[in-house]
Amino acid sequence: MELLYFGDKGWGDELFFATLMTIAVSITAMIIGFIFATLFTPLKLSHNKILNSIGNAYTTVIRGVPELLVIYLFFFGGSGAIMFVASIFGYNDYIEINAFLTGSFSIGIISGAYSTEVFRGALQSIDKGQFEAAKVLGFNKYIYFFKIILPQMLRLAIPNLSNVWQITLKDTSLISVTGLVEIMRQSYIAAGSTRDPLFFYSFAAVLYLMLTFLSMQLLNKLETKYSKGY
Amino acid sequence: MDIELMINSFPKLLNATLITLKLLSVSLILGIFIGLGFAILRINNNKLINKFAYGYSYIFRGTPLLVQIFIIYFGLGQIEYLRTTFLWIVLKEPYWCAIIAFSLNTGAYTSEILRSALQTIKPGYLEAGRSLGIPSKIIFTKIQIPIAIKQSLPAYGNEIILMLKGTSLASTVTLMDLTGVAKYIISTTFKPVEVFIVAGGIYLFMTFIIHNVIKYLEKKYGFQT
Repeated sequence: MELLYFGDKGWGDELFFATLMTIAVSITAMIIGFIFATLFTPLKLSHNKILNSIGNAYTTVIRGVPELLVIYLFFFGGSGAIMFVASIFGYNDYIEINAFLTGSFSIGIISGAYSTEVFRGALQSIDKGQFEAAKVLGFNKYIYFFKIILPQMLRLAIPNLSNVWQITLKDTSLISVTGLVEIMRQSYIAAGSTRDPLFFYSFAAVLYLMLTFLSMQLLNKLETKYSKGY
Repeated sequence: MDIELMINSFPKLLNATLITLKLLSVSLILGIFIGLGFAILRINNNKLINKFAYGYSYIFRGTPLLVQIFIIYFGLGQIEYLRTTFLWIVLKEPYWCAIIAFSLNTGAYTSEILRSALQTIKPGYLEAGRSLGIPSKIIFTKIQIPIAIKQSLPAYGNEIILMLKGTSLASTVTLMDLTGVAKYIISTTFKPVEVFIVAGGIYLFMTFIIHNVIKYLEKKYGFQT
């Protein structure tokens, strides 16, 4: 237990901040994923063949390739790509991207592919009559989307989105390979310097279990809130 | 784009794919047995047994696979007692550690898939079996299990693909599987895009095949309930 003391003697405070980092990366990745999903869902539903295949390519490739490989692509390729763009604008110094950004971005792209599928499924299972009725009644676009379609979509999407959140939360453990100090990386450091890997990795598992348990509790509340009236 | 590198790295990556496939198939086979065992425990009426099986699947589904591998590979070696038993022969090899972690992980998911399939079997089938005077053991092995397997095919297909992606984590415990070799080539040549295309293409090809095999099996053995 001494190993978990706060301060210089134990690893308690380090692990606490590492947990915060995991939460921060997961939330950022989830938001980036939502941005990707809002971009790609219309493409997947589009009747235009080219747009449609772009949308399908995104979800198929990302969901068919291991997360670790995607992370390596961005970890090793990220700064190269940015430096290439910068060199067009005449900036030739070495640019190193922040591990937090690379991590959240690569996990975000992965979680975006899952979110896209969730959004697509939710949109497709809304009754067609709802779209038609809203159009016939002459609502403007804002009310049409935010007051009629979105609330119905959220009701259907939230149970699946909480699955995506779980996947995203667990995937963040993989960005420890890039050196970002989140739960896994911190446990690795602690295990290395105390020679007690069993304790620290088990403790990391407990932290992850706590995170998944607490977030499921919160998301279930959200789910009941949005399924009111059904 | 370095086409030459892509062509040169292809045989190396293909060679590494063999290890990936070996890891996948061994852990899936072990995982099915573990999953079936825990699914049977889950539908048991004894609360303690039931809780135990639920706890197993909750822990393995609630923590990242990476943590599980690290606990088994780095953690278990720390227990002095284990080093004296024959288990140590297994646990000192990263290959077997990865297989243990993958099997336990996929076992947890499989048990959930099979449990929900077992619980959603129409009571009519079981009643028909009972009224025909078939012993309950045979009802279980010849009616419940085959129906559950058929019903869980689509979900199990997803699990196979998830596990295929999961085997990439073997590279974190020094195994040179497809991802491990890809990372090695990337870090020596600094050409991530080219290697990603080749290695990702191989993974996509495997997912494509698994997806279609499952679809075929669903068509052949699946039925409308």
